[in-house]
Amino acid sequence: MKTIYNFIRKTFVITDFEIRKIAHDPTEILLRAVQPALWLLIFGQVMARTKVMPEENYLDFMSPGILAQSILFVSIFYGIAIIWERDLGITEKFLVTPTPRTALVLGKAISAGIRCIPLMVIIYILASFLSVNIIWHFINIIGVISLLFLGAILFSTFSLIIACLVKTRERFMGIGQLMTMPLFFASNAIYPISIMPGWLKTMSHFNPLTYMIDGLRTLMIGTPSGFSLLIDYTVLLAVSTVLILIGGGLYKRVVT
Amino acid sequence: MSIVETKKLMRRFGNFTAVSPLDIAVESGDVFALLGPNGAGKSTVIKMLTTLLPATSGDAFINGCSIISNPTGVRKNIGYVPQLLSVDGTLTGYENLLLFARLYDIPYKQCKARVMESLELMGLEEAAKKAVHTFSGGMVRRLEIAQSMLHRPAVLFLDEPTVGLDPIACKTVWEHMLKLKTLYNTTIIMTTHSMAEADYLCNTIAFMSQGELVISGTPQNLKDSLQKKGTTLEDAFIHYTSEPLSKENNYTKDSTERDDIKTKE
Repeated sequence: MKTIYNFIRKTFVITDFEIRKIAHDPTEILLRAVQPALWLLIFGQVMARTKVMPEENYLDFMSPGILAQSILFVSIFYGIAIIWERDLGITEKFLVTPTPRTALVLGKAISAGIRCIPLMVIIYILASFLSVNIIWHFINIIGVISLLFLGAILFSTFSLIIACLVKTRERFMGIGQLMTMPLFFASNAIYPISIMPGWLKTMSHFNPLTYMIDGLRTLMIGTPSGFSLLIDYTVLLAVSTVLILIGGGLYKRVVT
Repeated sequence: MSIVETKKLMRRFGNFTAVSPLDIAVESGDVFALLGPNGAGKSTVIKMLTTLLPATSGDAFINGCSIISNPTGVRKNIGYVPQLLSVDGTLTGYENLLLFARLYDIPYKQCKARVMESLELMGLEEAAKKAVHTFSGGMVRRLEIAQSMLHRPAVLFLDEPTVGLDPIACKTVWEHMLKLKTLYNTTIIMTTHSMAEADYLCNTIAFMSQGELVISGTPQNLKDSLQKKGTTLEDAFIHYTSEPLSKENNYTKDSTERDDIKTKE
């Protein structure tokens, strides 16, 4: 019991200080909002006019995908912060404290979710401005936030694991770029699974991003889930747990 | 029982032996320095003792806790200041200390008081609310020492604590280190390339070369061991640690010999 309490407490200590960093310098978050805005305002509007997608209202379909994409892009480069902290010697100091490694990993991962909250707010505002049929029910918004956190935890921990393995900023940037677009294109973010070729359809079922988008689409705009919300949450929770355990085991490797 | 004791502690990277089986014992309240040329294995020893790097074989005990079987116990008993100036520049001085106060399990209600006390002790109370990226190198170092001492550890590890600091900042850091040691009877284990620093601060010095412990003793004993009048710690350092260079590159084995030559000229 004491171990669990210690784990939770230390996790939130790390998260608390990540929030303080964002509060001291929020410019990064504002700059990150530009990309989803461009996707919605330019790509979304143009694609909505082409009528090539089977979806009746493409902007409705796309908005949850763009939220998921923003979460992916914020989280997937989280590993670079770990390498940066390693280079500054901060990681070494964390590792000599009596803090569980998994708490260090999860604390950072939760803070990736917190970084995504302002993006969610901006996407909701822009989507409303574009007459997207968003469900404003309290329960649905809580559901979206919980999926946002699960997705951010999953992809930021995945990123941390890559950082622990590759160890240098240069290699990480290359691999980060290499991972992001395949994850994005092999998902249902901007086109439905039904129109994908067979091989891509298979790949999309192994992509956690697909499940996050499926859940977001159900909760944000009421599209019936392709898998069921239970499966979406279960996949994200299970993959996140496995990644946190792996990340906790590998975290110390970043300094050796 | 010694507060720090290593038993055949060894580290190998592939075929390269970074630290040969090492046996050292440090008594409570000592200031102990590991000195040696670059690549001698000093930082590797510190990293093993602070549980950052697993040992290939052997063991070490910090305040009775084994680095192999009880690393969490070791971490509760140590503070660590790495070679790099490593604080979060975005956060304030106060926040940097508060973060570590919480990670070191200081009771929540005592955190603020402990942080303020540490800031005052290190002469940083006026800078508490400023972002750390505005601090000078000396201030950052003092903040780091304060950070590592928040939980009153039995042993403080310092890896080249004054590297890159100007002489005035160095002296300030030394004074604050000694103040902490006197107040809390902390045992200090440090590495440094500054012989003046080692001579001024330490009561025991161990010379390392190519991963091996060459000799250890008090600064005076090490100087006296050369049996030449006016020998400095730097002379002893060169004498005990430069043998491989003297063989390969005709490096003068003992700087006192150079002094003799100068005198004759």
